[in-house]
Amino acid sequence: MKILVSLKRVADPDNANKIKVTPQKIETTGLEFKPNPFDEYAVETALRLTENAANTKQRLGEVTVVTFGPKEAESTLRAALATGADKAIRVDATDDALDGDLVARALAKLIETEKPDLVLLGKQEVEGDANQVAQLLAEYLGWPQATFAGSIKSEGDTALLVGREIDGGTMNLRVTLPAVVSVDLRIVAPRSVQSVHTKADHAYPEGVRFAALMAIMAAKKKSLTEVKLTDLTGDVGLKIKYTGFEPPPARKAGVKVKSVSELVEKLKTEAKVL
Amino acid sequence: MPDFFEIARHLTAEEQTVQRTVRAFVDARVLPTIGDHFERGTFPTELIGEIAGLGLLGCNLHGYGCAGLSEVGYGLAMQELERGDSGIRSFASVQGSLVMYPIWAFGSDAQKARYLPKMAAGEIIGCFGLTEPDAGSNPGGMRTVAIDDGDSYVITGTKRWITNGNLAQVALVWAKLGGQDGPVHGFLVPTDSKGFEARLIHKKMSLRASVTSELIMEEVRVPKEAILPNVKGMKGPLSCLTSARFGIAWGVIGAANACFDSALDYAKNRVQFAGKPIASHQLVQAKFAEMLTQISGAQLMALEAARLKEEKKLRPQHVSMIKRNNVRVALDAARVCRDILGGNGITLEYPIMRHLCNLETVSTYEGTHDVHTLILGQDVTGISAFE
Repeated sequence: MKILVSLKRVADPDNANKIKVTPQKIETTGLEFKPNPFDEYAVETALRLTENAANTKQRLGEVTVVTFGPKEAESTLRAALATGADKAIRVDATDDALDGDLVARALAKLIETEKPDLVLLGKQEVEGDANQVAQLLAEYLGWPQATFAGSIKSEGDTALLVGREIDGGTMNLRVTLPAVVSVDLRIVAPRSVQSVHTKADHAYPEGVRFAALMAIMAAKKKSLTEVKLTDLTGDVGLKIKYTGFEPPPARKAGVKVKSVSELVEKLKTEAKVL
Repeated sequence: MPDFFEIARHLTAEEQTVQRTVRAFVDARVLPTIGDHFERGTFPTELIGEIAGLGLLGCNLHGYGCAGLSEVGYGLAMQELERGDSGIRSFASVQGSLVMYPIWAFGSDAQKARYLPKMAAGEIIGCFGLTEPDAGSNPGGMRTVAIDDGDSYVITGTKRWITNGNLAQVALVWAKLGGQDGPVHGFLVPTDSKGFEARLIHKKMSLRASVTSELIMEEVRVPKEAILPNVKGMKGPLSCLTSARFGIAWGVIGAANACFDSALDYAKNRVQFAGKPIASHQLVQAKFAEMLTQISGAQLMALEAARLKEEKKLRPQHVSMIKRNNVRVALDAARVCRDILGGNGITLEYPIMRHLCNLETVSTYEGTHDVHTLILGQDVTGISAFE
């Protein structure tokens, strides 16, 4: 199976206090970046679908990772190559010149030449939380989509059985390939992904895999190509217009109550939870 | 802990990935259980497979299934491991620098082929027998001897404070060949040899999540091919120690980082006097300013030493300086951080006391603070204070 995974780096949420917000923009210089966690889950899913867990060194498919970003974003791709992806593509762009729609249109064009059987994405990135690219991409491609996947069972190169996380439970969808699937947190639970290569009772360690140090060194030699955004789409206009930026309001200090009855009163009248 | 001088800009993409990967591993696998292991006095043997799978064992060696990291990459890996616990880093240091490195540097082709791939894979664990009950800072005073007995050597002696001793399948034992006046040689001794016994050292208050042993050898017979053929004299063990000390000097920065982060988080949230966090108090700020300065300096020194090592210009005296300085910096920082946490600082709910106890050992092993002082004193004056 040939899988294309779109991933993005995001500002490290642990450094949220370093972010400077002006009314015109969010200042990103000096921030540390890490891969968007949901995208890391998508890479892990792609790897699990293209291997026999008993011998992960032998790859039984092809995983291509794609990112949109500046040169520095290549370390995110190299890290994905180190965990087992086969090749990488960076579409040269800066974050403030992108929105979900432009990314989806450019990805659709890229997919015409890459011809994957499956496109995997994180359900959303944790900066803007827009949650748009997978849905728009499926529409532009005219492919079936299954979003918020918490489990995937491969039925070979023709179809996937996807357990979608929805309010109140799981919706099981069978999608025929090629398809677009976005993944949720539980996709990296030990038994969430069942490929045709791995024994059905195999349990992976919880979470995404760690790259072996040797593979990190070897990832230098894997293919990483650069594509210009304008080569993928002539229309680089954005559908999302930002009218202003402001930091979230600081949390207000709490109050101390003198008695239980005062607490109950406040829960009733102020918090309105009783 | 802030990367105050932005040393990340000196790191290659691979080195940054190495650091992030080992950090993520330590967060996910080491930190959740290490406090319990420390309390029970057990080494987390369940992690050996994953540590080896990551390629952390002998990761700066090339070939034989080793990762072939740069010296900076190796340093960062040790730093992130020791952010977890000095015992975990010690396990990797002993395996990589004290056993795999000498086999790689001084061993025969047959020894390299027999041991290195399996040691990188964690299938063979090694320990390093140099220190003895009566030969610590002066290892040249060792009493262990190896007698040539035709087709084999017969080794007799006792080694003490041996990390991994009871985990190991092979012990690299340093012994004087032929008798007390003979030259020092290294011998690869299988720990299941007749006459070889490893005894656990109990009642430790430090490095509790680490196996520390005494090795007792009574006429242990090993074949002739057990000797490391390409090194003779104290240069052998000392070059291993130089390699391991380099990793220690990086590692302790990780321990210091862990203490700093824990104390800073605590100080920002602990409210005393007029409803203000203790981080707003001048005396507490002074502590952080001093620690930030000292730890940043230790990190820069380690980075420079790694660059020198890559240029093949690193002298043992450089390593003495960074081992001596960085361990002291980390130990001082751990004590100050413990103080910032008050009573909470003495529990295993926070990592600080565990690191503080561990660093007392790290300050002593692989050349005590004072011995490195004298090595530097000799380098400056040209006069040895040892004799």
